[in-house]
Amino acid sequence: MSSAAPALEVSDLRVEVDYGDREDIVDGITFRVDAGEVLGLVGESGSGKTTIGLAVLGHTRRGAHIARGEVRVEGRDIIPLPALERQRLRGKLVSYVPQDPASALSPAMRIGKQLDEALSEHGFGSSDADRRARITEVLGEVLLPSDEAFLKRYPHQLSGGQQQRVALAMAFANRPRVIVLDEPTTGLDVTTQAHVLETVRELCELHGVAAVYVSHDLAVVATLATRVAVLYGGRLAEIGPTATLFRLAAHPYTRRLVEAIPELSGEHALVGIPGTAPRPGHRPSGCFFRLRCPYAIEKCGLEAPQLETVGDEHEVRCFRYADVLRDAAATRPAAVPTPEIDAVDALVTVVGVDASYGDRQVLHHVELVVRPRECLALVGESGSGKTTLARCIAGLHSSYTGTISYRGRALEPGARARDAKARQEIQYVFQSPYNSLNPRKTIGQIVGQPLRHFFDVGGSEARARVKGALERVQLSTTCLNRYPHQLSGGERQRAAIARALIAEPQLLVCDEVTSALDVSVQAAIIDVLAELQRELDIGLLFVTHNLALIRTLSQEVAVMSEGRIVERGLVDGVLDAPQADYTKKLLSDTPSLEAALAASSA
Amino acid sequence: MSGVAVADPVEVELDRSEGRRPWRLLLATAWSQHRTKIGVGITLLIVGIALIGPFVAPYEPDQGVEGQFPFSPPSSETWFGTDDLGRDVFSRFLAGGVSVLILAGASTAIGIVLGVAVGLAAAYSRGKLDDVLMRTMDVLLSLPQIVFALVLAATVGPELWLLVLAVGLTTMPRAARVTRGAAVEVVEKDFVRAAEAIGLPRRRILMGEVLPNIASPLIVETTLRMTFNVAVVAGLSFLGFGLQPPAADWGLMINENRNGLTIQPWPVILPVVAIALLTIGTSLIGDGISRAAIGIERGRGRE
Amino acid sequence: MHGLTGFVVRRLLLGVLTLFVTSVIIFGATQALPGDAARSILGRSATPESLAELRRQLGLDQPVLTQYWEWISGVLTGDLGTSLANSLPVSDVIGEPIVYSLFLMVLAAVISVPLGIALGAVSARRRDSAFDQTTSVATLGLAALPEFVVGITLVVLFATTVFQWLPAVAVTEPGVGPWNYPKELILPVITLVIAVVPYTARIMRASTVEILESDFVEMARLKGLPERRVLWRHAVPNALAPTFQVTALNLAYLAGGIVVVEAVFNYQGVGLLLVDSVRARDMPVVQAVALLIAALYVILNLLADLATILVSPRLRTSLS
Repeated sequence: MSSAAPALEVSDLRVEVDYGDREDIVDGITFRVDAGEVLGLVGESGSGKTTIGLAVLGHTRRGAHIARGEVRVEGRDIIPLPALERQRLRGKLVSYVPQDPASALSPAMRIGKQLDEALSEHGFGSSDADRRARITEVLGEVLLPSDEAFLKRYPHQLSGGQQQRVALAMAFANRPRVIVLDEPTTGLDVTTQAHVLETVRELCELHGVAAVYVSHDLAVVATLATRVAVLYGGRLAEIGPTATLFRLAAHPYTRRLVEAIPELSGEHALVGIPGTAPRPGHRPSGCFFRLRCPYAIEKCGLEAPQLETVGDEHEVRCFRYADVLRDAAATRPAAVPTPEIDAVDALVTVVGVDASYGDRQVLHHVELVVRPRECLALVGESGSGKTTLARCIAGLHSSYTGTISYRGRALEPGARARDAKARQEIQYVFQSPYNSLNPRKTIGQIVGQPLRHFFDVGGSEARARVKGALERVQLSTTCLNRYPHQLSGGERQRAAIARALIAEPQLLVCDEVTSALDVSVQAAIIDVLAELQRELDIGLLFVTHNLALIRTLSQEVAVMSEGRIVERGLVDGVLDAPQADYTKKLLSDTPSLEAALAASSA
Repeated sequence: MSGVAVADPVEVELDRSEGRRPWRLLLATAWSQHRTKIGVGITLLIVGIALIGPFVAPYEPDQGVEGQFPFSPPSSETWFGTDDLGRDVFSRFLAGGVSVLILAGASTAIGIVLGVAVGLAAAYSRGKLDDVLMRTMDVLLSLPQIVFALVLAATVGPELWLLVLAVGLTTMPRAARVTRGAAVEVVEKDFVRAAEAIGLPRRRILMGEVLPNIASPLIVETTLRMTFNVAVVAGLSFLGFGLQPPAADWGLMINENRNGLTIQPWPVILPVVAIALLTIGTSLIGDGISRAAIGIERGRGRE
Repeated sequence: MHGLTGFVVRRLLLGVLTLFVTSVIIFGATQALPGDAARSILGRSATPESLAELRRQLGLDQPVLTQYWEWISGVLTGDLGTSLANSLPVSDVIGEPIVYSLFLMVLAAVISVPLGIALGAVSARRRDSAFDQTTSVATLGLAALPEFVVGITLVVLFATTVFQWLPAVAVTEPGVGPWNYPKELILPVITLVIAVVPYTARIMRASTVEILESDFVEMARLKGLPERRVLWRHAVPNALAPTFQVTALNLAYLAGGIVVVEAVFNYQGVGLLLVDSVRARDMPVVQAVALLIAALYVILNLLADLATILVSPRLRTSLS
């Protein structure tokens, strides 16, 4: 890049916790961003990416402080500045776009006032008219209206996408030199997300702003960032130009991360990373990644590797990067094709179902068939009604009209009203493993609950079956006496699946079961599900918003939008040759790593 | 609004190796704070005096001491002097705590049990029943506890069972509010959904899934109610609606001996200090548990 | 009806309903429990004839519902019945005590409401400082103490035993307003203030801390707004709702506390009147005072709820 002073330069940044042994949350963070560039800061949970984002503004959350390092904005180090000076810089020289705008905009202040405040407190313009003009300009840039009526609104009167765009406008209002965006598209639907990303890219180019884009979503980062820094365990694992980093990763973690991301093309098998990311204070000695690393050698446990230069603007923190690069040429394992199902009688039939939440109708005349031993993917964005449909089938949502039949017999709307066999044979796995296990019970008790209830099995027989179920989902039997909080997210989700399995279901309804998990862990869950489906010959209804995931698992797919099924068919057919407009738009708006890499090399 | 006002939570490091049973962890974390230890110490002291006192009192609490006038100052025979009827202050003090403890304890127990039942039912039904139950609780809340007890006492007179009933009934809505507030959050969680999906009966769900998860705020609320009810019960005794003379009762003692405060303050000071210590003790325990509970939740939330 | 007006009306109706049901309970408790007023008044040696005569006079021989209706319609028209103790109209009997109690409450409120709010807010702002930690311990201890314990301790300290600066009981003359007895008012007011402030200060602190740690306050700081503005324009407007709740709680607490405090200091307010009337089994007065206190509670809660709605734009706009 240019040799002029970078807009943002972070050197050897270390953020520690206030209490205990003063462990670090992040350490040794060094990177630079030039004007007009976007640096992607990628990491999973526990990587410290949000901490770094905040530190760029010289801010830390309660309970932490900046212990060492420099953050130079246009050459000036902001960390040693007195609080008053730093306050003047924020919002003017360096801006922040928060992850959740709903909670970041003041609930009791109209948005026009909040925008005006961002300008007036930093001394912009000499009159109300000046500021009003800038507000109009900035709202226009994010494609929001700027009439009086709109400005008079309170934050809760805007949609999620609008709130996010207001936050963007506020951040760009003073034409800062550096802007930090913390996963600003979380919770937005795909189309809005695509738009917001486009807007960010344009604004950065237009105003020559250096942007730091914090995210866990590699696909998004790949479409937006010129350079990427990969974080693991509070350290920089690797940093380099986007295309190079993803195609020729030098760090084992980066490599495995790329392989763990599901692709729309479905060419390669999803490979996860065993284990979980360590939290501050629980990081292993030497290299943090070594416990999960296929390249780990003895040296990795004794010494922590330093950042080394590998190529043009490409640095990596690993002793064995040469080997990783060499292996990069090796082909990735190809995806295992999903087995074909021959048409049989239906397992579940949904006919003419209209469902509602209170007054609001969320499903409109939905019709669907799930065949035995088949995996049907139910795809849609939030608000499409896919979860509601899944819940109706499982008996968790009872305000609907229409018929849902299981094995030819109509089911009652609520689970309580159904007979024991139906309740036993249709099992449901919830989205959040942090919510679906009773924190006061041990895993053994949780998984064993259906046994007592359906089969009246107790004692040693029950224990044996629980162990069997745990083994099926590849959970160690030491989990029996552990509590949910002692397990990681991925392990908890597997326990939830074990609980469903132990009831010996014929249909397993999985509601976004990987959405709450890190990407590297997600593959393991998909693996478990795929294997289970093959071995046990059960039907699977797989609900997800991630189109790329379905190829690894399902034979058929139904695409939903606004409470209706807009397209249905075999997975290959729908993904390769979509018929419905909505499906086409969804496919084109979904950020894809492969597409981004392909575009950058063209 | 009977919510517990929260002081800052305790910093709890909950790592993967933390395998203690939840209530053990709560008690251990609570105990690790100074305030809890002090609270337990004070409470045990006063409870000890109240329970053992009657057995070690030097004189009969309702009989005068030989050769001593009313309101005599402390002497070698009467360590804290005599009261308004010439009885040994120390003996009456030792005998006077049991009634407060039992009355406050019984009414708190009744109120908590009823309140939890109502709160759980309201939280789980999430509909009409919820509204009806909580509006009824609101009605009971529109009178201060003491006023309600007084109103009841106006008809029947100062009967002890009435006192326990009145205080218990007015404890119920406060406990119900707190229970409902905590239970409503738990009822929304997926593990309760999961139990419903397999068809577990409502009672099993409330007992097995919901109740264990609201145990912490319930324990805290119980200590808070106990603190308040000691005050209410002692207050009613002070006003003359608790135990009747010549029984020994701390509240009653304070009232009986007010006239002699200028010459012989001990029959008032001793019970006042004892009641004060008891309420402070239970309050400290409640606060310690509350901070521990929230600290544990925060520690878990960091996962 | 929809919108804000609809909500206000519904909330008012709910308040009226609550009060109505409470009145039923008050009436039921005093009339429907075993042992009736006539027997209590005449004593055990009463002859059946005199009992029957008195019951007729008191209207106790009529069905309960009729009795209730007589009473409640009287209340609504200003006729609270006649005191059994001295045959005067209840409204005369409670007139002056109401003035005495209100004066005491207002004095206590004027001190305790701002004090509680200020202590709580400042503690939250200076979290973990020496001030905060001392206040926290002090409020925890004081909040636990029963009011009469506080009252008696103050009496011992300042009136009878340690110092003798102030009167232990309030000796007042009927017909003279309470403002003529400043020395008699000091200890009761301080007792009430000590009884109420610690609890409300703790709640205020907790609410304020929650707001100061919220995302939008952090965001306001990240926007580079001066701390002054963050506090006053972002934090405080969102702290108003809890402040109203705390104030209502404060005042309701005071209304409950006066019963015992007035008894301790022999202060001629409605609290003391209630206690005396209960002892004398003077039902009409008991019913009237209890209803009065309940009405005060209901009104305070109503005002707090309405103020909360008005002050939260989110709630306000979701209704209209």
